[in-house]
Amino acid sequence: MSTVDILFWIFATLSVGGGLSMVLSRHPVSAAMFMIISLVGVAALFVLLESFFLAVLQVLVYAGAVMVLFLFIIMLLDVGPGASKINFSNWKTGLIGFGASCLLIFLLSALLSPGEDTLSFGQSWTVINNSTAPAPVDALVFSTDISAFGYALMTKYMLPVQISGFLLLAAMIGVIILSKRSGTPSSNS
Amino acid sequence: MTFDWMPDTLWFSVLLKVFYALMMIGAVMTMAGYSVLAERKVSAWMQGRVGPNRTVLPFVESIPFFGPFLKGLGIFQPLADGLKFLFKEEIVPGHVNKFYYYLAPLVALVPALTTMTVLPFGQIYWEDGSVTTLALADLEVGILFVFAVSSLGVYGIALAGWSSNNKYSFLGGIRSSAQMISYELAMGLSLLPVFLWVAAPGVSSSGLSISGIANAQEGAAWLFIVQPLSALIFLIALFAETNRLPFDMPESETDLVGGFHTEYGSFKFGIFFVAEYAHIVIGSALFTLLFLGGWHFLPFMNDPWPENWIGSLIGVGWFLCKTIFLIFFFIWIRWTLPRFRYDQVMHLGWTKLLPIALANLIVYIVIVTILDGSF
Amino acid sequence: MAKTIVLERKPLSFSERTYLPQIATGLKTTFSNMFKPKVTLQYPEEKPHIPNNYRGVPTLVKDPNGREKCVSCQLCEFVCPPKAIRITPGSVPEDQEQREHVEKAPQEFEINMLRCIYCGYCQEVCPEEAIFLQDQYSSSGYSREEMINNKQKLYELGGTLPDRHYKWDKKKQAEVHGNTH
Repeated sequence: MSTVDILFWIFATLSVGGGLSMVLSRHPVSAAMFMIISLVGVAALFVLLESFFLAVLQVLVYAGAVMVLFLFIIMLLDVGPGASKINFSNWKTGLIGFGASCLLIFLLSALLSPGEDTLSFGQSWTVINNSTAPAPVDALVFSTDISAFGYALMTKYMLPVQISGFLLLAAMIGVIILSKRSGTPSSNS
Repeated sequence: MTFDWMPDTLWFSVLLKVFYALMMIGAVMTMAGYSVLAERKVSAWMQGRVGPNRTVLPFVESIPFFGPFLKGLGIFQPLADGLKFLFKEEIVPGHVNKFYYYLAPLVALVPALTTMTVLPFGQIYWEDGSVTTLALADLEVGILFVFAVSSLGVYGIALAGWSSNNKYSFLGGIRSSAQMISYELAMGLSLLPVFLWVAAPGVSSSGLSISGIANAQEGAAWLFIVQPLSALIFLIALFAETNRLPFDMPESETDLVGGFHTEYGSFKFGIFFVAEYAHIVIGSALFTLLFLGGWHFLPFMNDPWPENWIGSLIGVGWFLCKTIFLIFFFIWIRWTLPRFRYDQVMHLGWTKLLPIALANLIVYIVIVTILDGSF
Repeated sequence: MAKTIVLERKPLSFSERTYLPQIATGLKTTFSNMFKPKVTLQYPEEKPHIPNNYRGVPTLVKDPNGREKCVSCQLCEFVCPPKAIRITPGSVPEDQEQREHVEKAPQEFEINMLRCIYCGYCQEVCPEEAIFLQDQYSSSGYSREEMINNKQKLYELGGTLPDRHYKWDKKKQAEVHGNTH
């Protein structure tokens, strides 16, 4: 086992364990903290794949901003343990959960079964650090370079970027309209 | 950096990295400790007092002229302060959530110390003419890394406020998280024009590296001169992110007793304290690197020092001088301005800084496009 | 009646609304303050100036002839609002028999400094000008017992003050000349 492998197992355990503990922990604040651990673990996995930009964005956006808001809301509403309505002893819930996880495992194994062009575990991508010129559109190679990200986003993935931006804008406007009580003047923000 | 005499084994390289990291921690922690002293001294001078001038080590006092001088400056005060925190009685209130109560100071300190891994602080000129940046890890995404890790620091404060089970602490924690989220946006937006400006046309891998920005200011205008508005917004956001006056909402002692650390005492409070000052040191270093030319001499001038180890040392020293001036500026502002009200902080962040940062970005996009001739 | 002047409040100019010039002015003020002379008193080495009418720790004084002035009339004990003074009356010691007319002297005189409120009533009420609140302001101790000043301590603190009247000398003289009272 090389160092990278050891690190991979550490961070994989951390992220999966964090996710599991998040689902299972009774206290919402603990759940949020476990989720942060899980997200940071995933970021570390990105680092092991030499994808620093994604790793940093993962921490910055999810662990640093989104989870702060989660924690903020949990603390502000003072949600205590036992606020969740799921009763694990209920056989119906248990059955549904079991079925859903079986389905998930089946789908994952079907998707990840080694085909011709998928990577088997242990084999790594050859990192092409194209720093001389932006790659042409039709031959986008995998690169961890930030400019490659930018270039791909602004050329090949222009439409998805614009659509997601539009969706976010729509969501934002929707939230503003929904959170504004109808009839009351917006005197205090 | 490797030398010929070093054995080329994994363990040795790991040990070397650990050694460098410990040295860096030592340097930043020392600077944090002495910024506490600087805070006390400068505040005293600005208020017509003399500040701490009693602490001295026994054998130093007997040195004829030098000893009393050091004593008057209070050089040994950080030592006494640290020992005081260490030896104070450890009080844990009965109503706290013990696990998070103990965890919070560590969560506050670790990000503050982690950000310094990507802070470059100088250059080594090798004999073959190549140049290496002095940093623990000169990441390509350095600035984003700083933002990402320092945004984790808010958990320390939020958890401390929540786990203390105290209304004042809780309000402090809530205010802190709201403030951090609000000002991170303006901070990030204020830096985009900087990267736009530094990225020359045709260079595909300009990246987001801090050392790249520092080096781009060599022999050219400092970015502080080119982009005063970006610098101003970044500075204001930096004050807010480090919880310094006039934005020290999380611990505004006039309305929240002590804010998030009301229930903390002894060494746990000490850790919060050190984390706060470590943030200031790192923030000052960051502003120096981004807007004040880093280790390069003066705007529009090439470095006057020779390109060998002497030059490296002078460069690091010059960088430290600028950083220390900025720390002084932080302290100076603190003892000049009164605290904002909480709603004023939010108002300033969302309705003033954010639109200005956006407008600034758009203006510089237009300017850079015209300068590059690429429209 | 004071004349009221209504000041016209001008709308803030743009530079004033950014606050930045004001902040710069403030920074200038604080910076210039750094180089002004300091007003700190290095306390244990440098003592503050104590004015003459200062009301410090109450003390007992002797007259210039070295005789104790207190006649243990217990007026101060009576007037003391927090009941800090306790006097055990006694007779004048044998070796001071020349102080005729003085019939009593305190056998013990205690002032509890934990109770004393430094009001100065004792000094005001004393008919013999024997008790004075002088310039001592710092009293400290490790126990409650230590904070009770006994007679010896009170005389140590008080020392000798100049006397304007020599009341008992005059009385004795008068008796010698034959017109007592």
